[in-house]
Amino acid sequence: MLPTVIENPLLSVKDLRVHFPVRSGVMMRETSAVRAVDGVSLDIKPGETLGLVGESGCGKSTLGKTIVRLIRPTSGKIDFEGINISHLSQWSLRPLRRDIQMIFQDPSESLDPRMSVRSILEEPYIIHKLGNRAERNARVSELLDRVGLPASAADRFPFEFSGGQRQRIGIARALALRPKLIICDEPVSALDVSVQSQILNLLVELQQEFGLSYLFIAHDLSVVKHISDRVAVMYLGKIVEVANAETIYRDPRHAYSKALLSAIPSVDPTVRPKRILLEGDVPSPIDPPAGSAFGHRISHPLYAQTVGADLSLREIAPGHLVANDPCCLSPEDYQLLQDSED
Amino acid sequence: MSESADTILEVDKLITSFETEQGLLRAVDQVSFSVQRGKTLGIVGESGCGKSVTAMSIIRLLPQPAGKILGGHVHFKGTDLVRASDAEMRKIRGGDIGVIFQEPMTALNPLHRIGRQVSEVFRLHQKLSKKDAWDAATEMLKLVRIPAPEQRMMDFPHQLSGGMRQRIVIALALACRPSLVIADEPTTALDVTVQAQILDLMAKLQEEMGMSTILITHDLGVIAETCDEVVVMYAGRVVERASAIELFANPLHAYTKGLLSSIPTLDTPSKSILNTIPGTVASLGDYSHGCRFCQRMGRTAPVSRERPKFTEVSTGHWVETCPECYQP
Repeated sequence: MLPTVIENPLLSVKDLRVHFPVRSGVMMRETSAVRAVDGVSLDIKPGETLGLVGESGCGKSTLGKTIVRLIRPTSGKIDFEGINISHLSQWSLRPLRRDIQMIFQDPSESLDPRMSVRSILEEPYIIHKLGNRAERNARVSELLDRVGLPASAADRFPFEFSGGQRQRIGIARALALRPKLIICDEPVSALDVSVQSQILNLLVELQQEFGLSYLFIAHDLSVVKHISDRVAVMYLGKIVEVANAETIYRDPRHAYSKALLSAIPSVDPTVRPKRILLEGDVPSPIDPPAGSAFGHRISHPLYAQTVGADLSLREIAPGHLVANDPCCLSPEDYQLLQDSED
Repeated sequence: MSESADTILEVDKLITSFETEQGLLRAVDQVSFSVQRGKTLGIVGESGCGKSVTAMSIIRLLPQPAGKILGGHVHFKGTDLVRASDAEMRKIRGGDIGVIFQEPMTALNPLHRIGRQVSEVFRLHQKLSKKDAWDAATEMLKLVRIPAPEQRMMDFPHQLSGGMRQRIVIALALACRPSLVIADEPTTALDVTVQAQILDLMAKLQEEMGMSTILITHDLGVIAETCDEVVVMYAGRVVERASAIELFANPLHAYTKGLLSSIPTLDTPSKSILNTIPGTVASLGDYSHGCRFCQRMGRTAPVSRERPKFTEVSTGHWVETCPECYQP
């Protein structure tokens, strides 16, 4: 089976690796590395939301920050509209910053407390030398209106707002330069449920209005399913499964996706979901297991077979990719992948 | 609300206030509920609704000197905890009432080994010798399913993962075989897979030890899975109380309905517009009159100036009957 090729992706990440050196001893010599992102490939289409889920420490935030180039990748390619941006200098990246923006988890930490909302929102225009003062003021009012804040908010400071309103300011700032792609790193996890739904609705509306693409990183799986077109499941620095949101929640193929999805608490007290309880926690990304990381966690009998083997993503059904890992697939699914190989 | 033989804790018209620069803020405003033997009561609400303050009032761990209990009773096994002496409270906390805090890193002392912290409970409450307390603590770690407990006893908290630390905190809470455990957001800081492990563990231990639990959380999914009875709090007041099955099937207060319909579930159509509750949780300063949820919705109908009555509308289902917010 030939892999379904995504035509003209907006963003295309290929074999991306981000390793942080671990230094120890008196000489602070590099002794090992945290393999936070370890060979990730993914595509995002224009106007699409790709959800990214996984447990804490799996590298999903590092991946997001690397795509906006807040972190320098160790190796691999990040193609944005066909241009590789993985090793551009900060200066050459500048025009690109208009196209890729980021929304952070905690808006009280990502907004400068000493800047008024107006200065926060007009800063992008000043940096990119867009418009004079009157035009900037007009844009600030427009932005505030668009995210549902009164124009009077411009002259107030972040601390005067509630968490949900601060997140609206964060979204307005990200929108200021009319980006094409927004990396949303846990944008609603710090918010109460009633406010969370307001922000999710806003993100959906803005996407339809401006044709935005989102990389939506979150640990709340119901939220991710709600907002995403496709979902990627990440485990210990690697993506283990990608598929259409409906498909992956209905029919996950990878053992880790199955366990993760079965852990979602149901809001119906009469239904007790069948849990796949995992033992232990995510292993450390310092010196990860040589073979299948998840196979190692569940002590799978076929683990030895995966050491040194190619566990990269393969297409199991049209648009449904899963790691070619004998420990984590049913024997039938694994056979299916091997057959399609020939 | 009559006290039956099976009631282990009864909170009656509890009022807790904080002294602040803006004056006295009533964080808990005449809250009443009871916990049955062997059952789990959930308290759910958004941040600032007073759910944690209610729990901390029960065990009298309010920040001092700002926090004060101004009225009401907390009956626990024949003692009114509101009027108990500090010495009595010290005996009850960690003895007959165990507490599980949200953040397992701050609930443990980073400078002491796990073994010392867990065995301390046995030395203080059961006056065991050093060696006996150590053995009892190892037993406790085994009970909360910590692998290789003998080795973990020698570890410091930072050497353990979040899930393992939360197991230690549970071990501390359960050490003296309490009849009531108060768990304040026990799984909020954890990943879903670890949350599933911890909830599963708590349910098993509850069955084994027959204790009652008060579970405080903002996560309706966790409530639906673990609780027998649910109390919904809004701005310091209980707006609705019912069995979990009844509450999720038949919510009657506008706030409960709003909460339930604003969370996306796996069945919600993708990218559909979710229901929202306008505004944010009311500030506690303006507590004097009327229905607080009406204030959030921007309703100031004269009819709702009086505090709505908390009424039992069907067996075991209590709700604040504000003419606007009570929506049968």
